[in-house]
Amino acid sequence: MPAILFYIFSALTLAAAIGLVANRNAVASALSFFVCLCGISVLFVMLDAHLLAFLLILVYAGAVVALFLFIIMLLDMHGGKRPPFKKMTIVASSIAGALLIFGAFSFFARGQFSTDELALAQAPAFFTDLKIYGAKLFTTYMLPVQLVGFLLLVGMLGVIVISKKHEEKEPGDRIQEPGDKP
Amino acid sequence: MIDFYFSLPDIVRYIIQGIAVICFLFPVGAACSMAERKVAAWAQDRPGPNRARPWLLARIPIIGPILGYFGIFNLMADGGKLLFREDITPGHVNKFYFVMAPIVAMTPALSTIVFVPFGAYLDSAGQILPVMLANVDIGILGVFALASLSVYSLILAGWASNSKYPFLGAIRASAQLISYELSMTLAVVPVLLWINAPGTTGSLSLVRVVEFQSQPGFWGGMWFVFIMPVSAFIFLITIFAETNRQPFDMPESEADLVGGYHTEYGSYKWSLFFVAEYCQMIVGSGIFILLFLGGWNPLPWIPLADLVNWLHDLLHWQWLMHPIFVGLLSIGIFVTKVLIFIFIFMWVRWTLPRFRYDQVMRIGWQRLLPLSIANLVVYIIAIALLQK
Repeated sequence: MPAILFYIFSALTLAAAIGLVANRNAVASALSFFVCLCGISVLFVMLDAHLLAFLLILVYAGAVVALFLFIIMLLDMHGGKRPPFKKMTIVASSIAGALLIFGAFSFFARGQFSTDELALAQAPAFFTDLKIYGAKLFTTYMLPVQLVGFLLLVGMLGVIVISKKHEEKEPGDRIQEPGDKP
Repeated sequence: MIDFYFSLPDIVRYIIQGIAVICFLFPVGAACSMAERKVAAWAQDRPGPNRARPWLLARIPIIGPILGYFGIFNLMADGGKLLFREDITPGHVNKFYFVMAPIVAMTPALSTIVFVPFGAYLDSAGQILPVMLANVDIGILGVFALASLSVYSLILAGWASNSKYPFLGAIRASAQLISYELSMTLAVVPVLLWINAPGTTGSLSLVRVVEFQSQPGFWGGMWFVFIMPVSAFIFLITIFAETNRQPFDMPESEADLVGGYHTEYGSYKWSLFFVAEYCQMIVGSGIFILLFLGGWNPLPWIPLADLVNWLHDLLHWQWLMHPIFVGLLSIGIFVTKVLIFIFIFMWVRWTLPRFRYDQVMRIGWQRLLPLSIANLVVYIIAIALLQK
């Protein structure tokens, strides 16, 4: 049964990923991305990594893709159509894809995996116990967490700077808000 | 019967359980629409819908008129009307997404119940076991994750309708949902910090939250609404905002947006949006009750186990300790609390006026978010000192 489910959801994930790239309509692309994320999170659930699965749904499917959709709909009201790919894009992306597949293949072909099932079963359940997960984040992986936080802060500041620019262009144009004094 | 049920394969049992829960949730969600009309009528001092009386059923003595008075037949007539009405799809819409939107609305609304424990029973050792569909550690995180998907139905409905008012409604709705989600999550964190006391395994399970509220003693039996009133208050407000209820029903403020994101919808598709909203309300109030109002415990300081033992000592009936009776009793207590809560939702709707859009944003970002962060910091310090 799990094998059948695995094949069904892998096929769904792959189909959605292809749909994300191949779709002409940007909204359809974003929704394919959403389906793709849901498929991946089902695969995580099947690995008993519930925390990862639901964080994926919460952060990516719930917030990031919703913002993508938002921006597509707000900025691009012409039916969300995008121009066909340029030749250069196709060449570059196929090279990148080939490199990625080669990297993944060499990782699996040459990497050392512990195939001892007993040792795997006795390993601490890293993603199942939330407390262990949190403790690891604050001890072993402190530096990456701090770095990612710093990157996010930089990104946020950038967004504030970019979005402020437009307002200063037309100082007289500000729409009066209901709370303003006349 | 019970042995036969447990001899079935797991997957069949899970499907039966899931369908059973949906078969309860969906009609209750639909019945809430009639309750809404009745409560509105009482709030405005008028009888409300009470005239639908099919000739045979209304002749049943006593029950017939009572059912008629409470508008039960109106509910059936309403459902029939919405089912058999012509299903118009306007010509200017994007058909695929237009049809998808109500389905996407229903799916998260019905699936969040998976993580909600709605009852409990005692096993032979006196241990409390929850009645729920999926008892996983993730608990409330799963609820938040699935509930955050409900924003897609609004965006899709507003965008696919390809007309101005639905689009405006969808933009407002999604901005509101995203703004209040943050305060909602932060308001719950103190509860989860408190239940993850040192020495226990980490868990976000709602079952654990209820267990913590059913311990013996003065502090053990206290519901979290007394210990963390500010959290409860913020969470309550954000439930109102997340389910688009008055005073936060921006998305469908009919005075300035015609009907909001579902302006172009009709008949059964339209009603699906409403049933989804009521189902979200039911699940949302269920989570509030589990977090702050003791879950399936009847009263503060009186846990379910004490009640059952007390009844058993009083009456000496053997079936009082039977798991099925205890399960049904706890589900009954929980559902009663949820229904009282739904009534409060409706009461508020017909009491408070609607906020303006800028007020909604200001309350969300400038009042609730700082308040919830301050609340979190205070409780982090307090819990660190108390549980040292």
